[in-house]
Amino acid sequence: MITKGAFLILSLKHVLMQVNFSFEGNGTFLCISYYSQYKAQIQPRYSEYHNHAVLIDMEEGVVNEILQGPLRDVFDSKQLITDISGSGNNWAVGHKVFGSLYQEQILEKLRKSAEHCDCLQCFFIIHSMGGGTGSGLGTFLLKLLEDEFPEVYRFVTSVYPSGEDDVITSPYNSILAMKELNEHADCVLPIDNQSLFDIISKIDLMVNSGKLGTTIKPKSLVTSSAGAVKKRHQKPFDAMNNIVANLLLNLTSSARFEGSLNMDLNEISMNLVPFPQLHYLVSSLTPLYTLADVNIPTRRLDQMFSDAFSKDHQLIRADPKHSLYLACALMVRGNVQVSDLRRNIERLKPSLQFVSWNQEGWKTSLCSVPPVGHSHSLLALANNTCVKPTFMELKERFMRLYKKKAHLHHYLQIEGMEESSFMEAVSSLSGLIEEYNQLDATKSMPVEDFPRLSIAV
Amino acid sequence: MSIVTVQLGQCGNQIGFEVFDALYTDSHCPQGLCSKRENEAYQASCKERFFSEEENGVPVARAVLVDMEPKVTNQTLSKAAQSGRWKYGQHSCFCQKQGSGNNWAYGYSVHGPRHEESIMNLIQKEVEKCDSLSGFFIIMSMAGGTGSGLGAFVTQNLQDQYSNSLKMNQIIWPYGTGEVIVQNYNSILTLSHLYRSSDALLVHENDALHKICAKLMNIKQISFSDINQVLAHQLGSVFQPTYSVEGSCHYRRNPLGIDWQVRPPLSGLPTLGKASLNRGLHFNMSIANLVILRGKDVHSADLGGFKDSALYTSWLEPINAFNVWKTQRAFSKYEKSAALVSNSQFLLKPLDTIVGKAWNMFASKAYIHQYTKFGIEEEDFLDSFTLLEQVVASYCNV
Repeated sequence: MITKGAFLILSLKHVLMQVNFSFEGNGTFLCISYYSQYKAQIQPRYSEYHNHAVLIDMEEGVVNEILQGPLRDVFDSKQLITDISGSGNNWAVGHKVFGSLYQEQILEKLRKSAEHCDCLQCFFIIHSMGGGTGSGLGTFLLKLLEDEFPEVYRFVTSVYPSGEDDVITSPYNSILAMKELNEHADCVLPIDNQSLFDIISKIDLMVNSGKLGTTIKPKSLVTSSAGAVKKRHQKPFDAMNNIVANLLLNLTSSARFEGSLNMDLNEISMNLVPFPQLHYLVSSLTPLYTLADVNIPTRRLDQMFSDAFSKDHQLIRADPKHSLYLACALMVRGNVQVSDLRRNIERLKPSLQFVSWNQEGWKTSLCSVPPVGHSHSLLALANNTCVKPTFMELKERFMRLYKKKAHLHHYLQIEGMEESSFMEAVSSLSGLIEEYNQLDATKSMPVEDFPRLSIAV
Repeated sequence: MSIVTVQLGQCGNQIGFEVFDALYTDSHCPQGLCSKRENEAYQASCKERFFSEEENGVPVARAVLVDMEPKVTNQTLSKAAQSGRWKYGQHSCFCQKQGSGNNWAYGYSVHGPRHEESIMNLIQKEVEKCDSLSGFFIIMSMAGGTGSGLGAFVTQNLQDQYSNSLKMNQIIWPYGTGEVIVQNYNSILTLSHLYRSSDALLVHENDALHKICAKLMNIKQISFSDINQVLAHQLGSVFQPTYSVEGSCHYRRNPLGIDWQVRPPLSGLPTLGKASLNRGLHFNMSIANLVILRGKDVHSADLGGFKDSALYTSWLEPINAFNVWKTQRAFSKYEKSAALVSNSQFLLKPLDTIVGKAWNMFASKAYIHQYTKFGIEEEDFLDSFTLLEQVVASYCNV
């Protein structure tokens, strides 16, 4: 059944309430779709599928909800690690207190799961940066995984706090977590809630306006049709989370399904991380929905490629087109051939800036099987200096709080935490920002070839 | 005279299937445009070269399939089996689960030594099935991790273990605008290692094949399958039997014995052969050319243009540099067909481009940590660059 293993480690706080997955058949990474119309059909024989997931939360509310919801047969209690009191939005509690408390338990569960895998290729860690558990315990886990399974890739999907985050200490938590991500993650896919929310608003506009006069296939929505219950004053987390789930699905599709140009997960790190510290990838998913008209002319296919580079489709607030690319991956699914791929790369290349030593920095893959409800889809991963503003804003927000020493005592009272922990974390982030600055400085410089070796013949 | 084919990685296996399919289809083509006896001799020769017989009569390709993840080989094996016409051997496949991650170092330094014994055993088994071994045909890409890294490792092993047999590597030159970001690194590492252990490198560029599909065949939505079929067609027209001596009717020529291991008079470089296969006439300086004619009127065809000394280097007479192979038996329903295999400056520009790009990337040290992680150091890169700059210079001075 499952020949390769990918771990899914969920650290849940209020941001990621329910991560919905899409059912796409057997494979290395189990994903179940919750579409209300199809609920009856997916009478789950989940017991046939063993998923390799560990769910961790330091309070029980969210995990319990999952266990009582439609995915209750997917997970069983042996995969959970929970506590009661929560981390109080305190990175130090998550990292230092719960870290040491649950270290053995976590390791044991991971080792057991690893035994079931023929070949363990990577870990997926999904968490938020702004809270206490996801941020603190999540990054503690990262270090643990590096020590215990040094050869297994660590992919982290991190939800960054937006400007109007309701957690006051989120800047502290994020900066402290960033240091860990810098040092122990192989690859990070930053996401922010505001971007997810904007994408949903756009979709709602399309669905409700009926402007185009054509109907949109409900199950093709990247947000799922399972009623993203939009209360005006509440964020539609279900829908937002489904976008992230789709990101992960597309990321792993080439490893799970056949195609004419496969791309394994280890190839992502190989191709998109030119220097170990620069491992933050901006992602975008297209299309967001499919119109009911099934015959997709070439123009629409090309539109999918164009959209992947627009700032409206990115999953963080970033504009890759106006920043510098270090590398770019295009993972295409569905009825798309190599000529379509090449045509679009040629078309879009002139409007994008690539770093001088990687002018043709494209990594591509073609997977034959499209996602449910679509005839084709595209996931673009960009190693691009456009992440810099996110980090700079984070640093600014941190400094504003730190200057006043606000709420600092909650952290300092935890054993092992000192002011130097904060200083080190800021310095780590500053170093990263400086790397991006240096790259940006090369943007307008002319591309010069290095003098070649001269050979006596 | 049999050839054992080694298919490596996704590219190697996808192409390998198309090649065997093309060879089989052609050899069973009813309209050979020649006598029945001739056709039968042709069929028999093709069969002996590329297929062995199994109990139930279905020909089995003389091939070993190698890949570090199972999807492609599984597909390839089942596609062949489903055709009902020919198939791969049940136990001819070596497969792992984790892939090479587009990392040449991983393919060469980790997978190579780890799986050396298993892979060489499989090849040995295939060799033992041959009455007489012509040599090895190794199909691989340069851009990825398995074909390139493991392919280089296997070729080296073949050199050590079967030093008297010829080895020809079919290498696929990636598209200029990336399929893989580190493709230039993988390419230079592959080329430099193959130069030391292979007898001939048959090169196909994806860009060129793509153009053929677009311009000559007018295919609208070109897939890798289309590209691979063009390639297989070209290879078939080179590898199918031809007369060994002018006028004789015996198909005994060794298709791998393309005898252009020429040593230029002054330089001390090792003998190297590099060929580029296409259908046009090139005005680049050639070291040697081989024309293969099949079908009607082969004996009366005028090949004077190929014998012009202006085409060739000063230190090799056209009479030595130019060869023709012929057969009246038509290839794949084409009444007349011709193939040109050329050792010329044709590949100079693509090679120079790849070396230049790899050098620029190397100078910024980008991605190097991914290779040093698995034992390929900066020195290994420098050695590769040095060797290839020498090749570029040699071809420049031809």
